[in-house]
Amino acid sequence: MSENQQIIANEYYHDGVVRFLVVCSMLWAVLGMGAGVYVAAELIWPEIDFGQFWLSFGRLRPLHTNAIIFGFGVSALMATAFYSVQRTCHVPLPTLRLAWVTAMLWQICVLSGGLSLLAGMNSGKEYAELEWPFDIAIAIVWISFGVVFFSTIACRRIKPIYISNWFYGGLIIVIAMLHVVNSLVMPATLLKSYPVYAGAQDAIVQWWYGHNAVGFLLTGGFLGMLYYFLPKLADRPIWSYKLSVVAFWSFTYAYIWAGPHHLHYNSIPDWVQNLGMVMSLILLAPSWATMINGIMTVSSASEKLRTDPALKFIVLSLAFYGLATFEGPMMAIKSVNAVSHFTDWTIGHVHSGALGWNALIVFGTFYYLVPRLVDAKLYSVRLANIHFWLALAGTMLYVLSMWGAGVSQGLLWLSLDEFGEPSFSFKDIMASMPPYYMLRLLGGFTFFLGTLLMIFNLVMTMKGRPTVRVRPPKITATGEAQ
Amino acid sequence: MSGLSLHKRLENNAGLLVFGILVVSSIGGLVQIIPSLTQESLKTPIGNTQVYGALELVGRDIYVREGCSVCHSQQIRPLLAEVKRYGPYSRAGEFVYDRPFLWGSKRTGPDLHRIGGKYSDTWQKVHLINPRSVVENSIMPGYPWLAVRPASSTGNIQANLRALQRLGDPYTDADILEAPAKLEGLMEVDALVAYLQQLGTGFDNSMADNHGAEH
Repeated sequence: MSENQQIIANEYYHDGVVRFLVVCSMLWAVLGMGAGVYVAAELIWPEIDFGQFWLSFGRLRPLHTNAIIFGFGVSALMATAFYSVQRTCHVPLPTLRLAWVTAMLWQICVLSGGLSLLAGMNSGKEYAELEWPFDIAIAIVWISFGVVFFSTIACRRIKPIYISNWFYGGLIIVIAMLHVVNSLVMPATLLKSYPVYAGAQDAIVQWWYGHNAVGFLLTGGFLGMLYYFLPKLADRPIWSYKLSVVAFWSFTYAYIWAGPHHLHYNSIPDWVQNLGMVMSLILLAPSWATMINGIMTVSSASEKLRTDPALKFIVLSLAFYGLATFEGPMMAIKSVNAVSHFTDWTIGHVHSGALGWNALIVFGTFYYLVPRLVDAKLYSVRLANIHFWLALAGTMLYVLSMWGAGVSQGLLWLSLDEFGEPSFSFKDIMASMPPYYMLRLLGGFTFFLGTLLMIFNLVMTMKGRPTVRVRPPKITATGEAQ
Repeated sequence: MSGLSLHKRLENNAGLLVFGILVVSSIGGLVQIIPSLTQESLKTPIGNTQVYGALELVGRDIYVREGCSVCHSQQIRPLLAEVKRYGPYSRAGEFVYDRPFLWGSKRTGPDLHRIGGKYSDTWQKVHLINPRSVVENSIMPGYPWLAVRPASSTGNIQANLRALQRLGDPYTDADILEAPAKLEGLMEVDALVAYLQQLGTGFDNSMADNHGAEH
């Protein structure tokens, strides 16, 4: 036995940090979705903030989005990135301590950041609300996330870098770029700063950030999850390698142009809006290429689809991915956007992505991952199946009610009477919303209930069981993995 | 070399892959942002647009703190129905002192860009503290704490003005020196109302040559 083989014989994949991040992600799901349900109720019964500033809609809503995107979402992305990068590189994380530091500091950032939002520290930029001291902390933790990830790739024992790692890599690089550029501010005090950009310029930079945080975090990062866990669950390789190569690069190129569709008919130059619209339409191609690639991968594994709840979640998430990435480009067409902009349709669109795509793929991944982390069977397949239907029903109720609310708002706002004056007052249109908002609350609550079932199920699966110790595959003399 | 064999090199070399992602993902942003940052018309004030006074700035900081822009836009689009409902459509030159911009992405409540002067100060105050006392069935939250907190407690007004001055906004040293006196005896709600009352007043008739309804 050579010295190298000796080392390998004694090493295991580091899955303790993965387990920690999975648990954190589930806790954030409870907080983030719970806050979501609460703010949805506030839009029906405004008195339930009880005159408390920290329960006020304007402070709780950013907490909801931050807990979901940066707590639930990013913790799940870090967990799955650490899990899959070790297995696709056949090497344990070389910087284990840094991985733990990254995982823990990230939780501290999101938690303290969330509290700062309730306290009223808000930069005013959507999805980048945290003030400058948090922005600096986030940048540092993000760089250490990159160091852990890329150092594992640098030590890999198989030459090709697997496709899931391109997407996770894209997530780390592009989010770092967006975060730094969009967060450039002049600090006034420790608690307050002003952006270096003003007005229309601030708007263009902000939506370049905002749209691509969706692009490279909520889409690209989760596509990394898809490309690793879908083939694992379906037990076959991805349908078309070529298609995934083309989809990755066209996605990475095209997404970044689409931000200005958030500013259609706003006070920014027409050429920027038009370019944003055209590139948003083009974006449909790489998005659907990936969806088709995923669906084709499972199409020959239909038997598993009948029996495996994890796979069901992931396939349904792909369907919602297809729906949301079709709806997005449609809403980016200026004449459609004239109706949809500023309405609840936007909220519905975001949630068909966030609930239908992001949350469902995380659920599917966790149902696969958690039993493997502790080498046990899932506590209850039956509960997981109930969760599946609650999640589907919740998402559909949410999205349908917001379509109804949004399309009526959009059309009624634009409607003019025979004298050329607005047909309906804003107040009257608002007064027709409660039924839609009740349905949305019901949808959100149903979805939240399903999430609680999953957490119970996964906690029972993990309870009292140590994290498994899995060895990397043995390496032969030629360097090929077996 | 075919496309796929070129790609083999990328996926076998982590450095190349990182470099490739960085280049490919930067292009769109560079093309859209650099010309926008250098375009003079996006940073030149028009009409009566002026920097915020000390009290208005405190009001604006409260607007940001309470997340008002989560539910209210400040952006009237050049669409006939919108101009009829809210007033002249918004121009880029009206926002040059807005850090951050507050155009919003959702109108749960109405647009506020031309709200200035439409209601009395008293109506605004009463409405902010308890919206349902003046607008039946409103779902806006009440902000009772604004009535009991002094405007001087919102932040360090001098440090805030100094930061804006450093960014190039035309505040004089005298403006900064006199700022605390302008907040004396006033509550946060007064500051927020002062901010709301000047919203959209940068517009003057010299800009009204077209009403924006032609789109």
